[in-house]
Amino acid sequence: MAELRQRTLDVLGKNQKWLLDEWNRDLSGSGVGNDNRIGKDELGQQTAEFLDLMIRGATQGGGTGIGTAAWGDVRAFLEALSRSRALQGFDSLQTANFIFSIKRPLFALLQRELGDEPALLAEQLWAISEILDSLGMHTVNSFQKSREDVIRRQQEELLELSTPVIKLWDGVLALPMIGTLDSQRTQVVMESLLQRIVETGAEIAIIDITGVPTVDTLVAQHLLKTVTAIRLMGADCIISGVRPQIAQTIVHLGLDLQGIVTKANLADALAMALRRNGLSVVKG
Amino acid sequence: MNVRTHGSMPVRREQDVVLARQAVRKLAVDCGMRLVDQTKMVTAASELARNTVVYGGGGDMDWELLEDGARTGLRLVFRDEGPGIADTALAMTDGWTSGSGLGLGLTGARRLVSEFELDSAPGKGTRVSITRWT
Ligand SMILES: Nc1ncnc2c1ncn2[C@@H]1O[C@H](COP(=O)(O)OP(=O)(O)OP(=O)(O)O)[C@@H](O)[C@H]1O
Ligand SMILES: [Mg+2]
Repeated sequence: MAELRQRTLDVLGKNQKWLLDEWNRDLSGSGVGNDNRIGKDELGQQTAEFLDLMIRGATQGGGTGIGTAAWGDVRAFLEALSRSRALQGFDSLQTANFIFSIKRPLFALLQRELGDEPALLAEQLWAISEILDSLGMHTVNSFQKSREDVIRRQQEELLELSTPVIKLWDGVLALPMIGTLDSQRTQVVMESLLQRIVETGAEIAIIDITGVPTVDTLVAQHLLKTVTAIRLMGADCIISGVRPQIAQTIVHLGLDLQGIVTKANLADALAMALRRNGLSVVKG
Repeated sequence: MNVRTHGSMPVRREQDVVLARQAVRKLAVDCGMRLVDQTKMVTAASELARNTVVYGGGGDMDWELLEDGARTGLRLVFRDEGPGIADTALAMTDGWTSGSGLGLGLTGARRLVSEFELDSAPGKGTRVSITRWT
């Protein structure tokens, strides 16, 4: 890796203000500061801080690459930047552009100041390019990691969100199941349902499978286990959303749902639950 | 009998079972099946795909859309190169499982389709072919 010479470092130090202004102007010209996700002031702070850290890193780091302790602050800054950009919904290209956009003013500056020594100029342009490219790569990598974290968190939230436990009536809970009942999710569903039964002292739980496209032996096994656990807690269970095509398929599969009350839809199940509690719905 | 179109997809992991179900649902619709028949075919496929992943150590699903005079059909073949089944008669018994299932996958699948063929031997892997006509 080519090294930044003292002469270059002096040029950077002396022209820091000019560099910053040019860089900010380029960025706002390309519309970055006008995005409502990130204000001009915030962007201005980020460019100033990065430039400051980068010059310090280059001064202390020599030509050893950006993996050393001297570049630690720069790396930490870029990781934080990537995280906030990922949360704000920017893509990796937009995020990396933050760094790559400093190249134009930086190269212009070196050309102007080192133009009298073409060999040195070429070498220094190469050196600074290498540094910026490495920093850009580091940004993209951290961005990717942050993005994956964000997605994982969203998936976990979705997992909980899509398995709500709804109180329909005093003592009557409904659990609409949606999507495929893979084992991980079924586990979550079952646990949250059992927990809510304990919390609310519900007497009847309605498991609604209208949103489950396929009931095969594995799904059935999960349902049967859930029903058994609910009964062990002293509550009753109704399975609703057993559409005609599902009912026929269950019969052909040879599944034994005897002893389990099933209903075609949630309304029928609720009516039955109310009746069991000695209530009925009448027109007023 | 004519093969109108055919194709193949991997059945290696748990997620592939979901993808196989979705693919079969679409094929069943293309084939002109009614909702009940679609559901039966998808459910049978779900059973066989899961067996392929769980017991066969992963394999593939081949599909063919068939034409035979006025009727159309969908044929699915699940094949793996896993341990195979030593006693196929036993495996085809309601309620028999070597794992922790209900032991209804193979027999249930057979009841859900028009044609069912099981080919399996220890060391030879397993091949199950199912067909449903409209
Ligand atoms: N592809 C395969 N390779 C090897 N063994 C298989 C394969 N498919 C099925 N088997 C054997 O046949 C047995 C019966 O299969 P079947 O699908 O009927 O029941 P199961 O998978 O055990 O339970 P489930 O009711 O959940 O499907 C299995 O337990 C397994 O031992
Ligand atoms: Mg099975």
